[in-house]
Amino acid sequence: MSRLTVPKTYKLYIGGKFPRSESGRTYEVVAASGDFLANAAQASRKDARDAVVAARSAVGGWSGATAYNRGQVIYRIAEVLEGRRAQFIDEIAASEGVSAAEAGTQVDRAIDVWVWYAGWADKYAQVAGNANPVSGPYFNISVPEPTGVVASVAPQGVTGGSLLGLVSVIAPVILSGNTIVVVADEHAPLSAISLSEVLATSDVPGGVINMLTGSPEEIMPWLASHADVNALDLAGAGSMSGPKGETWVDLQLAAAETLKRVVAPVVGIPRPALERITSFVETKTVWHTKSMM
Amino acid sequence: MAFLEYAAAPESTSILNLKSQYGLFIDGEFVDGHGDVFETISPATEEVIARIAQATPGDVDVAVAAARRAYDRVWSRMSGSDRGKYLFRIARLVQERARELAVAESLDNGKPIRETRDVDVPLVAAWFFYYAGWADKLEHAGVGPNPRSLGVAAQVIPWNFPLLMLAWKIAPALAAGNTVVIKPAETTSLTAMLFAEILQQADLPAGVVNIVTGPGATGQALVTHDDVNKVAFTGSTGVGRMIARQVAGTHKRLTLELGGKAANIVFDDAPMDQAIEGIVNGIFFNQGHVCCAGSRLLVQENVHDEVVDRLKARLSTLRMGNPLDKNTDIGAINSAAQLERIRTLSDTGEGEGAERWTADCRIPDKGFWFAPTIFTKVSAAHAIAREEIFGPVLSVLTFRTPAEAITKANNTPYGLSAGIWTEKGSRMLALVDQLKAGVVWANTFNRFDPASPFGGYKESGYGREGGRHGLTAYLEASGWDAPAEATSTPKKTRKAAAK
Repeated sequence: MSRLTVPKTYKLYIGGKFPRSESGRTYEVVAASGDFLANAAQASRKDARDAVVAARSAVGGWSGATAYNRGQVIYRIAEVLEGRRAQFIDEIAASEGVSAAEAGTQVDRAIDVWVWYAGWADKYAQVAGNANPVSGPYFNISVPEPTGVVASVAPQGVTGGSLLGLVSVIAPVILSGNTIVVVADEHAPLSAISLSEVLATSDVPGGVINMLTGSPEEIMPWLASHADVNALDLAGAGSMSGPKGETWVDLQLAAAETLKRVVAPVVGIPRPALERITSFVETKTVWHTKSMM
Repeated sequence: MAFLEYAAAPESTSILNLKSQYGLFIDGEFVDGHGDVFETISPATEEVIARIAQATPGDVDVAVAAARRAYDRVWSRMSGSDRGKYLFRIARLVQERARELAVAESLDNGKPIRETRDVDVPLVAAWFFYYAGWADKLEHAGVGPNPRSLGVAAQVIPWNFPLLMLAWKIAPALAAGNTVVIKPAETTSLTAMLFAEILQQADLPAGVVNIVTGPGATGQALVTHDDVNKVAFTGSTGVGRMIARQVAGTHKRLTLELGGKAANIVFDDAPMDQAIEGIVNGIFFNQGHVCCAGSRLLVQENVHDEVVDRLKARLSTLRMGNPLDKNTDIGAINSAAQLERIRTLSDTGEGEGAERWTADCRIPDKGFWFAPTIFTKVSAAHAIAREEIFGPVLSVLTFRTPAEAITKANNTPYGLSAGIWTEKGSRMLALVDQLKAGVVWANTFNRFDPASPFGGYKESGYGREGGRHGLTAYLEASGWDAPAEATSTPKKTRKAAAK
């Protein structure tokens, strides 16, 4: 007789811990076949606000780490993810209703995306920053810096994207030193929670990546208007439709109140690009006189 | 000095698992080679560590052929991300075997374990980690669209930072898609052999990196080989000049990182505690076997006596001796030949009238040692102010005005590095503009980072290693589409607009 399995409780990931939703709510996650897979925590406004607090408190340490160190930590995520490949393949195959081979391809691509962005950590400033030949006796250099806390929506309902889409949204934001609050794919959130377990064991400081599962339509308006969020990545918000017909444009409008940087939705999965890194940085230019020797 | 008497704290060599003899590393395998075998010794004890095969021109030929095959069939066709993954693996393996590499380097080179453990080996890992990330981002390197690798790179490296110089050479070459034949210095091949083991553990495709050991003649056979596309050399200006002549007319790309005679300029408003430490680090780090060493101290005249007195006091606290002792500050001179050169130049300094002061260090009975030495009353014409000593010898000169400091600092055929110590940023930056040096350290010295370009002006060589610039030394541009093909369209547009 086969052994009776022990199912996992899927929870949120906030500040390096795995809490249930403060609201006590869960929602059913079903397989592509319609079969019950798990109950996921349905994050509330309070959970989102807790996540922002955790993200904000992690900015100092994470952005203060050397770029070399951040690159190593992100590369470590790829290493640990590689070791847990089988688990992710199972979850993706069940959630998305794809073959194990297709799920395997997605996991491999997700690992490669981590590696690609890991390499940028100590290089993007060399490409996005520069010395400026101003007309005068001045040393003048422009250097990119992380903007702070970023709230993101992972791609929603993209086949081949429940893990890859999430990773493609998180990695470019955090490599520069930002911290992130990200809402996972609502209907295929299991690999997001499992990714949180990878993050928790990959030297990523608590609070750098905060993972919420639930409804983007419910959560995102609170993040879009939150005064302690610096930027909004609407990558997966393109198909959003709130109870009163709100769309991603309403999030952009809300973000305008606090002048957040907003990156518009993409179709499918954001491709790895330097632009996704530079969308979430500020440029600081330093002038220093060279005269008066 | 009793308060400075420390019990011996030697790092154990039990972590090492050395073979008694090492061959060449060609096409993924250790092979015997066809030349004589030479011994590599510990410069601290003169004891033999291992025997090393000497590559003949024929062996070099085999190595270059292996590199060419690996380039044509494997490495140039591999995706950048896969090349990067191999480099990440190498970085991780270096980190995992860090202590072993540090002990081997200290044993073979004579430098203190404190330096190999805390500087050399961590930087080696960092170098591979940094360039690993570039391998799939070459379009951002700044040479233009669709950058291409060059082919087979011939690399010859010096004995002062054996494994670190190997990393400086191999990491960017491989990231850019080139394959490599590298020759370590004759006296310091050991860590290159351990590195070859790491390449095997990383499962790097055969022939991508080939290591040929031997004396200068081996290096000459390598850089003059017809099937080499790129030559990278770090070493003396004399040899660099010879290589530049040999490469002339061959279309081989060449980068040279040669000697230096860096000025370390100290103003009277310098943060003096840091300046003293920086001066000591600048010239006595690695026994002064550093091409960018701050070997000429230019002190503003009114603080000369204070600086020199404090330097002497500080140098009197340095501990010279067993490189494997964790308390050791100054290790052994790398070879008898180098020790002889340092002695000769120091004697010349005394003969020309400079005033010599040497720290009171007990010299071990065996091995090659030279106690930290300062020369004052040095004039710009003295040999010790002009020639690279490459040892723990500091020449002190003075200046009164910034203009005089610049003139004296630039009064050398070299131009690798310089240091400036002043709390006044505007003055520092104005000086930076005037200095003919590839690296300028302000209120610090001897800082190295894989993200930061390094290399010299004038006879200190050309090309840069490190950073984005270091990558471009191993790339060439494919070029833009010819503009002629695009010119017809805008004309039509303009006519259309006129209507």
